[in-house]
Amino acid sequence: MRGLAMRAGEGALVLPLFLTFMLLFAAPLVLLLGVSLHNDPELEQWGLLTWKKFVQDGFYWQATLDTLRLGATTVVAAVLLGYPLALTYLSLGERGQRILLFIIIMPLLLSVVVRTFAWIVILSHEGVVNQTLLALGLTAAPLRLLQTELGLVISLTQIELPMLLLPLIAALSRLDRNLFDASSILGASRWRTLFKVILPLSLPGLIAGCTLVFASSTTAFISQSVIGGNRLVYLPLLIWQQTSVVYHWPMAAVISIVLLCTVLACLYVINLMGRKSMRYLHV
Amino acid sequence: MSRRDNKMDVSYQLAIGGIAALALLILVGPVAIVLLSSLTDSQTLSFPPKGLSLRWYQQLFDAQRSAPIHAAAGHSVSVALVAAGTAVLLGTCAALGLQAQPSARWSRGLLAFFLSPLVLPGISFGLSALMFFSLLGLEPSLTLIVAGHLVMIVPFVLRTTTSSLLQLDRGLLESSAILGASQWYGFRRITLPLIAPGIAAGAFMATMASMDNVPVSLFLADAETDMLPIRMWGMMESTLDVRVAAVSGVLIVCVLLLMLVMERAVGLTKRIQG
Repeated sequence: MRGLAMRAGEGALVLPLFLTFMLLFAAPLVLLLGVSLHNDPELEQWGLLTWKKFVQDGFYWQATLDTLRLGATTVVAAVLLGYPLALTYLSLGERGQRILLFIIIMPLLLSVVVRTFAWIVILSHEGVVNQTLLALGLTAAPLRLLQTELGLVISLTQIELPMLLLPLIAALSRLDRNLFDASSILGASRWRTLFKVILPLSLPGLIAGCTLVFASSTTAFISQSVIGGNRLVYLPLLIWQQTSVVYHWPMAAVISIVLLCTVLACLYVINLMGRKSMRYLHV
Repeated sequence: MSRRDNKMDVSYQLAIGGIAALALLILVGPVAIVLLSSLTDSQTLSFPPKGLSLRWYQQLFDAQRSAPIHAAAGHSVSVALVAAGTAVLLGTCAALGLQAQPSARWSRGLLAFFLSPLVLPGISFGLSALMFFSLLGLEPSLTLIVAGHLVMIVPFVLRTTTSSLLQLDRGLLESSAILGASQWYGFRRITLPLIAPGIAAGAFMATMASMDNVPVSLFLADAETDMLPIRMWGMMESTLDVRVAAVSGVLIVCVLLLMLVMERAVGLTKRIQG
């Protein structure tokens, strides 16, 4: 009995943060919905006009699709680049593992603005990539890499890579090494072991990582605006423009809600697919 | 049969090793390139730098010519410290509360709620925070920015603290209770010292996340409350000011030093791994 009371008392420790989140996080998000249901920037007329404007304008649809595609491309690039590095982590000794983790966490703690800036230096006309290509005689004129989707995906992949690596490495480290040995003793090549044993077992960590990469790359306003420039239009840029240039709050709110809901829907689908593919593991 | 397997294994080694090396290069390369290009002595950024000098650092540390940058850096540091301090207090309490029944439906739901700022588009939250505070009639101020950052950085504290609590041996607390220690004494002498490194790692991550926060600062900062990342963004947007490279250089060196200190003190890499 006394134990139960103590448990309840302990549970009450959640309250301060819960109340803070209700006030500073949940309430503003509910308000966002309220603001989006206004027809005019002065917020005097309730109605669905702004939503209608959004739905009927192909420009907004295009921006939404572009944003989701940017997230998806970045996730694929990060997985292709990151998974082999995570596998390599497993085969390192204690000291090597610590150094590699340090190298992975370092960019994560460094400002996104600094990392974005690095890619400007690398991708610009006088940047590393173009200088190298020109020196090797592979191109006659500098390539245009900034303000292209390719340049943006390359940059975002590097910026978000640590987000994928940390949960993935955590999941891989928890696996029983004997499974890999068993697989190879039974005659599986290393590729087969990777695709039949390691990959399926590391799915939870991989999905957690993909979730974080997708969420951050779709909302990476600074990278999108600095490296993408004005030629590539994504939802965060539109939200910023509607807020600070046009001063049309309802439209900014509508776009914010669309971004929020589409990202959450995509994350839900990623998780669902992951769970479906994991089901046969627990037969 | 075995010969084919060997070939397969060689291809595996080559492919995986090659891509891993490339990934490592892509992770570290940009940081090194920024450091080097900040040492240029020309007016424009190019790589490799034409001539080495510390002139941009001199300009950056010149209190008069770089006053706005200094002000923004000051704002960012003070907001980060206050927001992270608050996040540690609220987050640690909440982690202890959730620990009461870690597998109950309510605590799992609450944990997901508290961690959701990690995956929600920050820019949507930044906008809603701006609208919320404006409609309450509050003027932009550092306090509001702290409030916005708090929501965004609590997850970092919560993650490391929750995982430290999970690794805590409940037997220790039970023994101390059997030996007559009060719950509060057990918490102070057993729980807190054991989870302190986890809290410290989370506090460090949270501080860095606040320093780096763009979406909330973007909407809540004005000219009087300019924040460092927003100021740097401005310097990159208009004409590329080479001082951005110098600011980046200073940030890189600070982060590296802090990480080494934290690694020594609390084993940062292990804590973040959970």
